[in-house]
Amino acid sequence: MNILKKLAAATALSALVLGAAPSFAETKIALVVKSLGNGFFDAAAKGAEDAAAELGDVTIIYTGPTTATAEGQIEIINSLIAQQVDAIAISANDPDALVPVLKKAMSRGIKVISWDSGVAEEGRQIHLNPSETALIGETIFKLAADYLPDGGDVAILSASSTAANQNSWIEAGKAALPTMFPKLNLVAVVYGDDDSVKSTDEAKGLIASYPNLKAIIAPTTVGVVAAAQVVTDMGLIGKINVTGLALPSEFKQFIDNGSSMAVALWNPIDLGYSAVYLAYGLANGSVAEPGATLSIGKVGEVTLDDTNSTAMAAPFTFDASNIEKFSKIY
Amino acid sequence: MSDRQQPTNARLIPDRLTSRLKDNLMSWPSLLLVVALLIFLANSLASPYFLSPWALSDATFNFTEKAIIALAMALLIVSGEIDISVSGIIAITSTMMGVALQFGADTTTLVLVGLSVGLICGAFNGVLVTKLGLPSIVVTIGTMSLFRGISFIILGDKSYKNYPESFAYFGQGYLYWVISFEFVLYLLLAVGFYILLHKTNFGRHVFTIGNNAVAAEFSGVRVARVKFVLFCLTGLMAGVAAILLTSRLGSTRPSIARGWELEVITMVVLGGVNILGGSGSVQGVVIAAFIMGLVTFGLGLLNVPGIIMSVILGILLITVIALPTLLSKFKNRQ
Repeated sequence: MNILKKLAAATALSALVLGAAPSFAETKIALVVKSLGNGFFDAAAKGAEDAAAELGDVTIIYTGPTTATAEGQIEIINSLIAQQVDAIAISANDPDALVPVLKKAMSRGIKVISWDSGVAEEGRQIHLNPSETALIGETIFKLAADYLPDGGDVAILSASSTAANQNSWIEAGKAALPTMFPKLNLVAVVYGDDDSVKSTDEAKGLIASYPNLKAIIAPTTVGVVAAAQVVTDMGLIGKINVTGLALPSEFKQFIDNGSSMAVALWNPIDLGYSAVYLAYGLANGSVAEPGATLSIGKVGEVTLDDTNSTAMAAPFTFDASNIEKFSKIY
Repeated sequence: MSDRQQPTNARLIPDRLTSRLKDNLMSWPSLLLVVALLIFLANSLASPYFLSPWALSDATFNFTEKAIIALAMALLIVSGEIDISVSGIIAITSTMMGVALQFGADTTTLVLVGLSVGLICGAFNGVLVTKLGLPSIVVTIGTMSLFRGISFIILGDKSYKNYPESFAYFGQGYLYWVISFEFVLYLLLAVGFYILLHKTNFGRHVFTIGNNAVAAEFSGVRVARVKFVLFCLTGLMAGVAAILLTSRLGSTRPSIARGWELEVITMVVLGGVNILGGSGSVQGVVIAAFIMGLVTFGLGLLNVPGIIMSVILGILLITVIALPTLLSKFKNRQ
């Protein structure tokens, strides 16, 4: 076909064009997200720009498909390979389907990391998790302890009794309880099954059963809203502090009315920021191998585990000082 | 229609409804070729990365599988039918290959499974349309959900992976330097479909049916059989696309290729095939595939967001479709 002839001609021409082009010292990092138009990822892109501004010689390409598909991300990665970016940091729509094209990118000298939603081990050099079990477990109790200087009774309102995530967080938190938060007295763990009605009933049950209850910890976005609503409706604001893991946009009203002092969740801004730091590090000579310790700027540093995965930090705390800002983001 | 003298060969049935302006010079494929070259030129000027053999080679992967389905879809649409279920066929075909993989199938078996499942799905559509006389758009909207639904039932939120090393060749291998297997296969299939539509009696029958199926039936054309074959061919090409895509992704998920049917049909319509049937050419569809590939890749190099890309492709489609109509109106006024 005609295109083939063009292709041949193009080869010669491109040698001229590319050969003459000046070489830029700057590092081009592509932040590839699941889909554009998502507040969570827009916030991550903001963090990425912050990191770029700190690092100085970095250009961020913030991109992603219109719909969250692996095929859409593959098309984008093909164009990033052609642009000869220095690094790709991706939140993947599919851990497996992206492996071949990311392998191709790595074979052309591009550094690849995944963040938020990971890629299988052979398709990336580092995976950055937003947080990890132990940190989440500690954080949910810390949120209660921070506002209970004299200690007191606390209870957990979880999702379902079989939810692996919540169970592992609660176990990790319990393990940290005697040493880190000795004044807290965990009186009960109840399960609201991530159902608003059941969570509301369980929260009311806790309040009736434990008259000295000082805090309800709900490490689930459904339960935390239900508990805060119960505390508000029963006029217990100031007596019982509701805390846990919550989406700022859903939870803002309860921080505003005082039924909760603070809640936590992963911070997308820090996540985008840290992803860029890791990508920049790889593109400028640092090596990704198990045990390696890498800098993520002002967020701190991370150590890679056996699968070159790592966790960024404890969940980020939202309180009266910042809920306004984050509720607009996600 | 134009007032020109029709060719005297009685067997020749007009295969385009627009007027023949200076014949081939102003034909749809030539017009499209000019558009394609302009886009190629624009891309070369807009991005320093475009004119690189590897970049161009990578770009072909983004549209080759869709373009392969578009070849068969073009014939189907010329005959006055349509198949909306092609992306569903890809999903079920890829899933069945994954199932075969669980039973230890080797690469040859996987390919055979892929081709057969595609063919069977196409035949299923064909039977529903030709034997039961149902409208193809309704049938294939139904089978689109049916085929993908079966994939979801089998796979749920799981995936099949660990396809054999040699299976990766179909979607990731290169025949020579930057020339990929996928791309060469596409060009060969394009030649095959060109011959089928434009150089055989079967192809003449396809045009006849698209222009007037009743007249064709009375003229001795076996309408139902031709349509059935076209549905089978479309299913088969969707099967081929499924093999290539599965190989390229190295895994199967039930959401694979979602939404591709619209892109395939856009290629066919952009290629000058009348959506109501009766006219069109394989050359046009091939060039249209290149145009869509070049536009999306060129805009991708400039990091244009996908939603703006869709807008640009939409405008391109309307412009290219409207232009000949405007030209012929202008000519009639003279």
